[in-house]
Amino acid sequence: MAERKVIDARGSFCPGPLMELIAGIKLIEIGDELEVLSSDKGSSSDIPEWVNKVGHEIVSNTEEDGVWHIVVRKTK
Amino acid sequence: MSTSKIFVMVVSGSLERLQMAAMVASVGAVSGNEVHVFLSMNALQYFIKGNDKTAPAEGSFGETMAQKNVPEFKTLFENAVELGDAKISPCSMAMDVLDVNSEDLEPYMTEPLGLTKFLSDSADGQIWSF
Repeated sequence: MAERKVIDARGSFCPGPLMELIAGIKLIEIGDELEVLSSDKGSSSDIPEWVNKVGHEIVSNTEEDGVWHIVVRKTK
Repeated sequence: MSTSKIFVMVVSGSLERLQMAAMVASVGAVSGNEVHVFLSMNALQYFIKGNDKTAPAEGSFGETMAQKNVPEFKTLFENAVELGDAKISPCSMAMDVLDVNSEDLEPYMTEPLGLTKFLSDSADGQIWSF
């Protein structure tokens, strides 16, 4: 069953959340997911940009009370 | 996925410029580009092992940035190497001027590089300087 881990990058500025996501992706299996919590607006568009460029999958991207929740699935 | 060769020359010792150079290198490297960084002049000092000097802000943005939780430029350069296979090279001329050897520098850096090779390698890539 696919696992989902949370990366809490709230309070960190660009490109901190992106780097934490990338370090996290290296450690999980293909099919597993990471949910990045970020309070940095720049990262909310930067992260999907990177995910699409490199070829992983954005499962969801929502914002609640100034915190973005971006769920990424490792595809390769 | 289109990728580029990105060459970054860093000579400044000021916080904002070092930060932007580190952002270009790290984001560029993790996005699949081949990144080469050349560190010289006032930038090199921060990569000497045991250096505890902080880079001075050049303007008001740097002062504001220093108070917020922005990733340190040295951490971003290290991210570029570890997460994105970037090459960070010290300028051999600057090393001679400062009288330092490779063992005195951070371990994630390459062997010293000279301008002849940097200019030749970067001939077909993007070149950024800070």
